[in-house]
Amino acid sequence: MTTTESTDVTAAQGIGTSPVRPDGTMKVRGEFAYSSDLWHEDMLWGATLRSPHPYAHITGIDISAALALPGVYAVLTHTDVPGVNRYGLEHPDQPVLAEDVVRYQGEPVAIVAADHPETARRAVAKIDVGYEVLEPVTDSEAAVAGEGPELHPGGNVVRHVPIRFGEQDVTADVVVTGRYEVGMQDQAFLGPESGLAVPAEDGGVDLFVATQWLHVDQQQIVAALGLPKDKVRLTLGGVGGAFGGREDLSIQVHACLLALHTGKPVKMVYNREESFYGHVHRHPATLYYEHGADRDGRLVYVRARMYLDGGAYASTTGAVSGNAATLGVGPYSVPNVTIDCWGTYSNNPPCGAMRGFGAVQAAFAYESQMDRLARACGLDPVEVRLRNAMSEGTRLPTGQVVDSAAPVDELLTRLRAMPLPADRSGEPDLRHLPGGVSNTTHGEGVVRGVGYAVGIKNICFSEGFDDYSTARVRLEALGGEPAATVQTAACEVGQGLVTILQQIIRTELGVEQVTTLPMDTSIGSAGSSSASRQSYMTGGAVRAAALEVRAALVEHAARILGHDRGDLSVGGGKVVSRTDGVLADLVDVLGDAAFDRTVEWRHRPTESLDPETGQGNAHVQYGFAAHRAVVDVDTELGLLKVVALDCVQDVGKALNPQAVLGQIQGGSAQGLGLAVMEEIQTEGGVIRNPSFTDYLIPTVLDMPPMRIEVLELADPHAPYGLRGVGEPPTISSTPAIVAAIRAATGLALDRVPVRPEHLTGT
Amino acid sequence: MRLNVTVNGERRQADDVWEGESLLYVLRERLGLPGSKNACEQGECGSCTVYLDDVPACSCLVAAGQAEGREVRTVEGLAEGEALDPVQQSFVDAGAVQCGFCTPGLVVAAHDLLDRVPDPSDEEIREALAGNLCRCTGYEKILDAVRTAAGAR
Ligand code: FES
Ligand code: FES
Repeated sequence: MTTTESTDVTAAQGIGTSPVRPDGTMKVRGEFAYSSDLWHEDMLWGATLRSPHPYAHITGIDISAALALPGVYAVLTHTDVPGVNRYGLEHPDQPVLAEDVVRYQGEPVAIVAADHPETARRAVAKIDVGYEVLEPVTDSEAAVAGEGPELHPGGNVVRHVPIRFGEQDVTADVVVTGRYEVGMQDQAFLGPESGLAVPAEDGGVDLFVATQWLHVDQQQIVAALGLPKDKVRLTLGGVGGAFGGREDLSIQVHACLLALHTGKPVKMVYNREESFYGHVHRHPATLYYEHGADRDGRLVYVRARMYLDGGAYASTTGAVSGNAATLGVGPYSVPNVTIDCWGTYSNNPPCGAMRGFGAVQAAFAYESQMDRLARACGLDPVEVRLRNAMSEGTRLPTGQVVDSAAPVDELLTRLRAMPLPADRSGEPDLRHLPGGVSNTTHGEGVVRGVGYAVGIKNICFSEGFDDYSTARVRLEALGGEPAATVQTAACEVGQGLVTILQQIIRTELGVEQVTTLPMDTSIGSAGSSSASRQSYMTGGAVRAAALEVRAALVEHAARILGHDRGDLSVGGGKVVSRTDGVLADLVDVLGDAAFDRTVEWRHRPTESLDPETGQGNAHVQYGFAAHRAVVDVDTELGLLKVVALDCVQDVGKALNPQAVLGQIQGGSAQGLGLAVMEEIQTEGGVIRNPSFTDYLIPTVLDMPPMRIEVLELADPHAPYGLRGVGEPPTISSTPAIVAAIRAATGLALDRVPVRPEHLTGT
Repeated sequence: MRLNVTVNGERRQADDVWEGESLLYVLRERLGLPGSKNACEQGECGSCTVYLDDVPACSCLVAAGQAEGREVRTVEGLAEGEALDPVQQSFVDAGAVQCGFCTPGLVVAAHDLLDRVPDPSDEEIREALAGNLCRCTGYEKILDAVRTAAGAR
């Protein structure tokens, strides 16, 4: 069966259209059940005792005072973990509850269940833990040099990724170097970590939770609980955003432990401060770059050393390092490359997945370098990028040849052709100036700059990972209408996957009514809602299942209509003959029959990287976006206003144009946050700003209007030609904004976020 | 303590309320109205915005006792039966809802703005919504939604 034949691309509310979200109405009415909204008769509240120290030995834990508090049902420590007290996405190195050592501030030490959240919090405060405080390890470069105490057996390097491509000792006429730093960014999803664990009669537990990947949670939970897989069932609770921050476990094992121990349903909800301790963050990074080029600005070589601080536990540090290294030169064609990237352990907060996943850190450095190179060669920043732009057929530093559209030059030329915002003139509206209605300037001391950047991101899981998704599609007649049902375990985290899966079925089966079953572990894994992969992977799986249903349906229709099946198709609720037109209503052909197919679908395989040279066809697909930022800077106060942030992105095929724009706008905003405000500030491993008062994310006053152009250059290897959308806009937005600030001020600015003191020099 | 409060036009009573509970907690956990959201419980995000005697307030910052005898209107009280309020409808249509966690607070804030200023400029919309964080949308489609709702009311 070919998979492209007779797709009805004009189906009402099918792909390429923007139907309203099936969950939209419930969400605006306040009736959508988020994981923090769940409630159960007789439920208890869980709470977590966390380490106040980044690094300490635990000398003793006394829970007696906490247990004695009326209303407290359980106080559990590591000795109550029945299975393996370790979990982790790449290496199981993280305790469910700390044993004799804590490795970061906020590490869970004990958990409590009580009849009121305040009782639980008070019980937590009554647990007496003895600590012998140790000097924290916080320096990634020292870790690579082998200095300092080992935080884990085997040392403090989680992964070293070398890339050796082309000549290693070439020289060039023009050389620019730089050292860059990226601060620790937080996903800051609005829905707090939360869930409800309900003990079951079979000795197992049902967990309703906000997560990105139900099956990988399940795997880690059963290991910790020492239960067989069928005893731990997960259902997705409503998710209030994710952005990578829900890939690692938070409340999952803790809530299940408390529920199994007390025999009662247990709800856990972090508050905002606890959320800052309760999930991994974006790796802070230090990056050293050297670019060599000829006098025309054509790159001869790139050399880089990157240090990514993974914090106390490995999480996805290995894969993040792989991305930073393999995408380390950016979307450019470079003949000779030497890169070493290290992901390390420290006593800082654990870092893992966040939108852009390693590509963000590299992009700030390589795009800053491209601007330096432009200046050194006397070239326009766009021109130097155009001269080096990769394209289809380019061999990347991993040796992989790009085999679908890579329209880097087109993104840049379109961006450059977009109109710029008008200059300020006359008496300015305060609301358009840096500082806004705080009335800090009327335009004096304000300078404007324009900056460009372009980025690259791998889509789907890479480096030989067996990446698949499972989907079930059912078609039958219900209430006199043909009706389809779709079931997957793919997590809707806000991105709009639930809409897209329905659109795909409408396109493939020509039915309007599509019901989406709850996402749970009763079906096979869908993989994670990360790596911009769900439209590709679960979209691909749903499409494949729908095509199998369609083939069976056509077979059935041919039999009962006595027609040649090669001549039949379905669309618009009808069975159609190519020669004779409409033959019958689909609902009549269906009768009492039901077609039900489950498919496990994979993208084409990738390869692991050679551990010495970093060579290998490691990635499935690449996504590209480019941004142009216009920024006004008040050089006296160090305040700034992003006046415009324009974007061009290639999405292969926009399955839902409205959702595509939403991803570009939201992703660009997160990039703006990293550029000018967002950083978890740590001092000796201690977080200084765990609140929305001190960790600022962009408001509606910070985000400028965006001009956006979306290209649709099909990738022949992907379903419908689509290209993952979610991450690329987060990557190029940050360096474009910083380039604009540099253009306005002439400052070097080699660290993000840019703070007022960087602009005023005070 | 016992709390008496009128919510969405109905007189409600909650017993055994602990003094430290917020109005948000009482609405969500005691009165079965989890529509108002708990994104920060620090007064910084606006996801818990409700009308308190017709004035929008962050319900996470209102002690339960302060609501005694007063009128509260939450996001659950904006639609007329099946018919969405124009603000709600335009949020759905414009694609202003992704994860939707910010949505209840934004819908209430936008509803209040349009009650006060029927035809707001973009600057006025931005100022009115500046206390409501959204992490998903970059705000562009939220602005679209409010503009459309202004036209529809
Ligand atoms: S929850 Fe009330 S302002 Fe954030
Ligand atoms: S839609 Fe997710 S926070 Fe606004």
